[in-house]
Amino acid sequence: MSALIEARHLTKVFGGGTLSRAKGVVALDDFSLTIEEEPPTITAIVGESGSGKTTFARLILGLTEPTSGEVLYRGVDMRKLNRNQRQHFLRDVQVIFQDPFEVYNPFYRIDHVLEEPIANFHLAKSKAQGRQLIADALTSVGLRPEETLGRYPHQLSGGQRQRVMVARSLLLHPRVIVADEPVSMIDASLRATVIDSLRDLNRQFGISLIYITHDLTTAYQLSENIVVLYRGSVAEAGDVEKVVKEPEHPYTRLLIGSIPRPDPRHGWGYEEKGADTTNSGVASLGCRFADRCPNVMSICREKAPPLYQTAPHRATACYLYADAPVAASSKLNDIFVPLSQSPQITPNLAAAAPVNGANGASAERKTL
Amino acid sequence: MNSSILQVHDLRVHYHTRQGVLRAVNGVSFDLAAGERLGLVGESGSGKSTTAYAVMRLIRLPGKIESGQVLLDGLSLLELPEEKMRQVRLAGIAMVAQGAMNSLNPVTRVRRQIEDALRDHDVKMSSQERREWISDLLQRVGLPPSAADKYPHELSGGMKQRVCIAIGICLKPRVIIADEPTSALDVVVQHQVMATLEKLRAELGASVILIGHDMGLMAQAVDRLGVMYAGNLIETGDIQEIFDEPLHPYTKLLMASLPSLEEKESARGIPGMMPSLLNRPTGCPFHPRCPAAFDRCRTEEPKMQTVRTRRDVACHLYTPDTATVPNTTVLEAS
Repeated sequence: MSALIEARHLTKVFGGGTLSRAKGVVALDDFSLTIEEEPPTITAIVGESGSGKTTFARLILGLTEPTSGEVLYRGVDMRKLNRNQRQHFLRDVQVIFQDPFEVYNPFYRIDHVLEEPIANFHLAKSKAQGRQLIADALTSVGLRPEETLGRYPHQLSGGQRQRVMVARSLLLHPRVIVADEPVSMIDASLRATVIDSLRDLNRQFGISLIYITHDLTTAYQLSENIVVLYRGSVAEAGDVEKVVKEPEHPYTRLLIGSIPRPDPRHGWGYEEKGADTTNSGVASLGCRFADRCPNVMSICREKAPPLYQTAPHRATACYLYADAPVAASSKLNDIFVPLSQSPQITPNLAAAAPVNGANGASAERKTL
Repeated sequence: MNSSILQVHDLRVHYHTRQGVLRAVNGVSFDLAAGERLGLVGESGSGKSTTAYAVMRLIRLPGKIESGQVLLDGLSLLELPEEKMRQVRLAGIAMVAQGAMNSLNPVTRVRRQIEDALRDHDVKMSSQERREWISDLLQRVGLPPSAADKYPHELSGGMKQRVCIAIGICLKPRVIIADEPTSALDVVVQHQVMATLEKLRAELGASVILIGHDMGLMAQAVDRLGVMYAGNLIETGDIQEIFDEPLHPYTKLLMASLPSLEEKESARGIPGMMPSLLNRPTGCPFHPRCPAAFDRCRTEEPKMQTVRTRRDVACHLYTPDTATVPNTTVLEAS
């Protein structure tokens, strides 16, 4: 078992340079996570805006450089990849961004973003096969190919544009997909369909997912393990069943209590009164949630709590659980629930997609 | 005469595009009782926002309100001259639009933006009175009075949305239309903003039309729900009753598509897609996706009919309940 992507002690501080008087904003603070080559996993990173979840996505994609710490791809620092390794990285790791507006060039038709990866990575043997791949991908995200292709981005709704992006990453069958709020702009009735296709990617093609969201409901539906971030630090992590059903950290409890349940008899949970949730982000000594926490103690303002391992597959950074042993924050993966079943890569599926299949493609990809 | 504050009857909005006539709102009728909270729910393209914009008479070309009637407290809005309608907006019926927080002018302070709304509606106030009213408004939406002297970029998303709500209620409207007011906000902030809106609605005695696609939010925030599909209202009823027993097959599928926090992989997406509004299928617009469709659905479009007390549905599976009086009459009586 070797690590495909390994984030080690990632810290990202925005602003606060030597010439600036203002303190920097700590977007992510000493965060470590590993995505193994096998088995394919689904990990949810959950938090509000300003929690650092998108910063983490950008860091592991190599779109921004960490202030300290490093991201390794197959054991090599992202900043030191050679041309060949970088080529593999670009195919192995795909991303679906939050904002489906910025990723399109308004002068090109929608077809362009779908034909590009097919051409770049030689996914199809003929033009007709390419069209078929595109049509299948679009259909699987709930779009009508005949009504989508040939259009310009401004002619599609935000939701439709986002679904084209999901379709685009379906085309490539990479090893890891970083999905940053992929369904937040999609109608509720279609979310289930998109969540299903993401899950299929994982189960049928053995693709790992890093699912970044503010929506605990879809995170629960999709993931095995979850990391709840608050202002750049891990508040709670572990088995999604436990974290969602019996949240420990006061912040996780607030998040889950704020979800409007689709049941008029189930009252809306407790409302946080008067608090302004603007993220000052300025590094403070104690727990970052202390100002909003209903259970705040004096120690919370003095020193940030470590992660306490409160159960076999969960850890919480809160002094309420100070009796539990301390877990190393750099070893989040040791807390996670290991996958019980081996990946269900059915042989016929692997055989059916020899050109673009993810499995065993590494040998093939060497020839690219 | 009756207790309904807003009556919408057979509203039709068409977009005249090069590809043909797009029927975005196709004969929508509903009544809104004084103080009532009505939710309009549907997928994108179902016509829920267009309905709201038509009620406000804010449809722009190539869109056009083809026919219908909108009565606000007996005043027929669609027949008013434009200048009179401009006065009714905000004063009689206000709208908090989707992403309204991004509509704030970035280069003027919050105070100035509220004053503009007051001045535009010829509100006569001394500067002292105006100052007090603005700080009162801001406090009502849960902001400190000092927020008036801030620029929008100095406020968080939730605070900006509260400023928009403050502008929305500054003339004490009878009806507030909230079009996905929290879709751009975090879940914790969403809860706060919705609680603020509800508190204000109760204080003003106003009615609210909440537009959105989040059934969870609807369950927590409205009394009555209208489900829209392809430009039609296809089911209305009390929120609890619809959640207990959805009648229209589309509503049933919509309920089943909700991801749950209790059970994994229970959600089922609705197969197929909303038909293109340019060429609506004949008969019921939902029949191509409907698991219960039969021959009649393909040829004859079902009309809204009252099948139970306060339950209207447009589906051939149901026959009108002759024992119950029509929905509107019940509203009048209540």
